[in-house]
Amino acid sequence: MGQVVLHRLLITVPVLIGVTLLSYILVSLAPGDAVTAFIDPVTRAELGEEWVEMRREQLGLNEPVVVRYFSWLRELVQGNFGFSLINGQPVAGQILDRLGPTSMLMGSAILIGTLVGVPLGILSAVRQYSLLDYITTVGGFLAISTPSFFLGLGLVYLFAVRWRLFPSSGMRTLGEDDSTLDLIRHMVLPVMVLAMAQLPLMMRYARSTMLEVLRQDYMTTARAKGLRERIVLMSHAFRNALIPLITVIGLSLPELLSGAVITETIFQWPGMGTLAVRAVTSRDYPVILGIILVTATMVLLANLLADLLYAVADPRIRLRGRRA
Amino acid sequence: MSSTELAKAAVARSGMAEEPRRQRRFVRAFLRHRLAVAGLVVITILGLAAIFAPLVATHDPYTVDLLAARQGPSRDHWLGTDEVGRDVFSRLVYGARVSLSVGLVAVTIYTTIGVVLGAISGYFGGFVDGAIQRLTDTVMCFPTLIIIIAAVSITGPSIWNVMLIIGLLTWTGTCRLVRGQFLSLREQAFVEAARSVGASDMRLIFRHVLPNSVAPVIVSATFGVAAAILTEAGLSFLGLGVQPPTASWGNLINLAQSATILQQMPWLWAPPGVLIAVAVLSINFIGDGLRDALDPRA
Repeated sequence: MGQVVLHRLLITVPVLIGVTLLSYILVSLAPGDAVTAFIDPVTRAELGEEWVEMRREQLGLNEPVVVRYFSWLRELVQGNFGFSLINGQPVAGQILDRLGPTSMLMGSAILIGTLVGVPLGILSAVRQYSLLDYITTVGGFLAISTPSFFLGLGLVYLFAVRWRLFPSSGMRTLGEDDSTLDLIRHMVLPVMVLAMAQLPLMMRYARSTMLEVLRQDYMTTARAKGLRERIVLMSHAFRNALIPLITVIGLSLPELLSGAVITETIFQWPGMGTLAVRAVTSRDYPVILGIILVTATMVLLANLLADLLYAVADPRIRLRGRRA
Repeated sequence: MSSTELAKAAVARSGMAEEPRRQRRFVRAFLRHRLAVAGLVVITILGLAAIFAPLVATHDPYTVDLLAARQGPSRDHWLGTDEVGRDVFSRLVYGARVSLSVGLVAVTIYTTIGVVLGAISGYFGGFVDGAIQRLTDTVMCFPTLIIIIAAVSITGPSIWNVMLIIGLLTWTGTCRLVRGQFLSLREQAFVEAARSVGASDMRLIFRHVLPNSVAPVIVSATFGVAAAILTEAGLSFLGLGVQPPTASWGNLINLAQSATILQQMPWLWAPPGVLIAVAVLSINFIGDGLRDALDPRA
């Protein structure tokens, strides 16, 4: 197992460097630079092009992109993500403030998606080609095909406008004391939208890994030993089908973060998604750079964690090399 | 017979002769998947409506008529009018052109990139493979929508930029898929046979290995069209995709971000949403049918 873990860690390093490099290159393609961004054209004309050029020289903007990348990287390592062009606030602080609300939505969506999706997937695998299997499969297709913003708007229309059961936006009711109940009421609709994207994914993978496991020889062996069907399914099939789901959750993170952008926009949830959309529409490049960097790193580390957990959970990997 | 001729005969036998029978079996298997056939019918209708949009639309999609603004569905305006009096049904028909073509073009771009990189990676292996795979790992870390809206903020939103950006940033899945196919196929006897008669790397890649990995690529590209349509719709919904006055299914729903439209004029945002869902669902069903028909193991 040591080798597997080491190999996985070694792969992470170049990818992490790649993530920073790609983010930096992408944002450095943006038109304009720090000098033109902060000075209005009138003042700039008064100060003259020479002054602009001097400032560029002072700020190191005339250095080649590689040099600028490394000085940016040095700041980054020290926790300096730069400052917003719009309000001058440090980017790191803004992102940190919004990490919590986004994680709340995503965590709940993963939890619900897994708790509902996995049992449904396993049931439809055990009863392949049954009515239940058919309904869940078609339902899953319907869920992944419905645009999340349409689902979100539909839920707002029905639950917030028509029936007034849940609030349509924000995280808290203005003028009310903070309470967990109020927070949960605000979370219901956005989490429903996000979970609806996660659920079919978990269901599909649970179904296909379960089908895979059911075909294995050790299933026949277990049945041949005369074990009861329930025990065969629960302790021989279920446990083995569960392990790959760790990876699936890890791999679903990028999609979930993408979904959070749209969901948060609909429900005006104060998370990373709304921050990203606001930064993009106001061309606040330091914030954009911070967000793509943070989300990509989150995805990278989550997948690393998933793979390591997988290595621990799966005895075929955990015990590799023991006998050798 | 010389050994060269023998090898050539073996290569020829490996597939070509069975072609017609295999095609018939494929068609029969696809037709058995009823949802896929239904999807194909729906998509054909939508595609025809998009191509012949000027004939199908009842009004000009860009004509502003302030006197007829904000009307509900009527005999004249089947799906009502928007806030400046444009006919919603006609805009939906023209929107189909945009949404479907964004899906097709974006997928063509990324499938090309993915196939080329995946083929190189899987065929040559070694350092090249390692480098391409780390690049793939890197690109895969970025949440699609976030990196796409970041790229749009730099290039500016337009239909062409959206196609190009989706294409350039979503090739990773295809790359992985093709690489996997190449890894297993390059060891097979028919590739060995072709190599032994002196076929070049290029010929081996494009004549022998690639044709045998087309099936899964077609399946994933089909699902990809559905995903790209959803991505475009999401982008346009956020106001970062196709820009008005050009209509796309996504930017028609964008209007519903205003509370009055959301609450009082559902005819403006419900039809494009349903249409996206129907189109994407149909394409996904087709993909599922293709998967069943092309790969009997799955």
